[in-house]
Amino acid sequence: MLMGYSFSDLGSIMAMQGFAGLILFSVFVLMALGLAIIFGQMGVINMAHGEFMILGAYVTFLTSRAFTTYLPSLFAGYFFVAIVLAFCAAGLAGMAVEWLLIRHLYRRPLDTLLATWGLSLILQQVYRSVFGAREVGVDQPDWMMGAANVTDSIQIPINGLIVMALTTLIAIGVYVLIFRLGWGKQIRAVMQNRAMAGAVGIDTERVDRLTFGIGCGIAGVAGSAFTMIGSTSPTAGQLYIVDAFLVVVFGGAGSLIGTIASAFTISQARSTLEFFLSGSMAQVVVLLTVVGILMLRPQGLFVLKVRR
Amino acid sequence: MTFLNRKDALFILLLAALLLVLLPMVLEPFRLNLVGKYLTYGFVALGLVLCWGDAGILSLGQGVFFGLGGYCMSMYLKLEASTPEATKIQSTPGIPDFMDWNQITELPLFWQPFHSLPLTLIAIPLVPSLLALGIGFAMFKRRVGGTYFAIITQAIAAILTILIIGQQGYTGGVNGITDLRTLNGWDVRSDHAHNVLYFINAGLLLGCLLLAQYVRRSKLGRILVAMRDKEDRVRFSGYGVADFKIFVFCFAAALAGIGGAMFTLQVGFMSPSFVGIVPSIEMVIYCAVGGRTSLLGAVYGALAVNWARTSLSEAFPELWLLALDSLFILVVVAFPDGLAGVYRRYLDPVLDRLLPSLRRSSLAHPSAVLPVEPVVSAE
Repeated sequence: MLMGYSFSDLGSIMAMQGFAGLILFSVFVLMALGLAIIFGQMGVINMAHGEFMILGAYVTFLTSRAFTTYLPSLFAGYFFVAIVLAFCAAGLAGMAVEWLLIRHLYRRPLDTLLATWGLSLILQQVYRSVFGAREVGVDQPDWMMGAANVTDSIQIPINGLIVMALTTLIAIGVYVLIFRLGWGKQIRAVMQNRAMAGAVGIDTERVDRLTFGIGCGIAGVAGSAFTMIGSTSPTAGQLYIVDAFLVVVFGGAGSLIGTIASAFTISQARSTLEFFLSGSMAQVVVLLTVVGILMLRPQGLFVLKVRR
Repeated sequence: MTFLNRKDALFILLLAALLLVLLPMVLEPFRLNLVGKYLTYGFVALGLVLCWGDAGILSLGQGVFFGLGGYCMSMYLKLEASTPEATKIQSTPGIPDFMDWNQITELPLFWQPFHSLPLTLIAIPLVPSLLALGIGFAMFKRRVGGTYFAIITQAIAAILTILIIGQQGYTGGVNGITDLRTLNGWDVRSDHAHNVLYFINAGLLLGCLLLAQYVRRSKLGRILVAMRDKEDRVRFSGYGVADFKIFVFCFAAALAGIGGAMFTLQVGFMSPSFVGIVPSIEMVIYCAVGGRTSLLGAVYGALAVNWARTSLSEAFPELWLLALDSLFILVVVAFPDGLAGVYRRYLDPVLDRLLPSLRRSSLAHPSAVLPVEPVVSAE
């Protein structure tokens, strides 16, 4: 008996909060996957990552608007179109940013942090001018709003399951891309030794641009998922950037499995604790624990063996 | 004064003349108070020059130390403002009003030392330094640096902000600690008080600048630069790299704490909006725009960015953020050494030609050779 709850109640609470944390987990995983590619593989600290996520969220919002206006009959399936569009929009924006800004700064990683911070403020201001400072919400089709009853006391939201499935697909896709395809080999070669990769004929600039684009594109998909748990506002992305960076660092930069595991740990710990503590205290406890663990084990949970 | 050559002395005197004579003469009290507020960020920027420019440690948590210093000051002022007579309508007289609103009936233990002015004045640099000591000890002894350190300090800034906002009864929550009146019986809200505080602030800043200059010109300062450029070589030469890093991080934290306390005195309140991630990065921006390897540059950077922000936001309420951020990106990409870098490249040679006596003296002192462009390595 804990705090007046019986054990079966506690089990149900854990399960429900666990599934309620699924979307948060998915957003974390997608944000962190994009960051892990950009930070872990390229060494660039992209402080504007949250704004790319919000770009995806706004694209989702626009798509849902377009569907309600022009294709109301197909509204049920708009989300899947929105995901593709969000990926493309954020990815293209990312490639443009890489070309304009990041490629001048590869030798100065701490400066990428400052430049992308400036960029994130600019993007926020652009969103504010285009979409207004007020939050916008996205209507979800009816079939996604429901919940599946597993037992009497446990309900699982359907949109959570969909986003979960999507996240799994993308995680597998990233894994295949980076560790199984020849193109991923090029990415890893450029990261490990830029000069040598260039010498053997890899177009390093093109690899950089596409890598950055994919990382940002995944952030865009995270934005699509984000529209289900929160309303989109110009500054919403900033709230997630610290968590996303901690997820990447906690998991061990460069390790995709580590990123997923740490996203799971952090988001589940948070949503479970939120039931017992206030939301802000849950966040403090989780962040403090993560920072504490990182002080004891700075290399993160999972480490790739790298020769320095 | 071996740590100042003639040129340094000249430029510091120029800054002193600007801050202590010119600005108070031409500006009306309201503007002067604003400049005083900007200058408090100068303290943080000075610390960042040592910490980031010289030692290569980018801290994104300077707002934490600024805020801790500011909260120490505001806790003292708040306790002085909440005498039992002034708060007799509360259900518990003698405690700050926000505690009473949150059904707290007794002053928490960590507020007790702030009844005393000497303890408060000690706490202002000490509390931030102690936190920095803890963080630095945990991180630098394990050789965590570079981007990892930046991200973790940023997380600490986030944690402290959430904590302050969440623990409303003990910290005043999102509104912060407001309604501050007197410092040891002296009303800090009048124009006259603002004027006096401005001069105290500017004097303190110049004092800190000299202190920082002394540290930079000492052997310790040279080891910091050596560490930034080739950490392993310094370590293999037998120096305890971590200890030097911890020292400079604590020093920067203490400076930021002093800045925060002066901020509270001049602005009249302290709130979590000066602690979190955004203000912390803005402090780095002041330092980057001014020039991360120049103490004077950092002070001018803090002044220039804040002045630009105020005047741009008054003139173009819609576009000022865009303009300021574009300028910032341009500075980072094109002028990594900021205003000071521009000065060194274009104006310094001209000045040497015009005033040869300065150059002779700077050639006589090998210590006057300015630090080379920073090579911030990836680690």
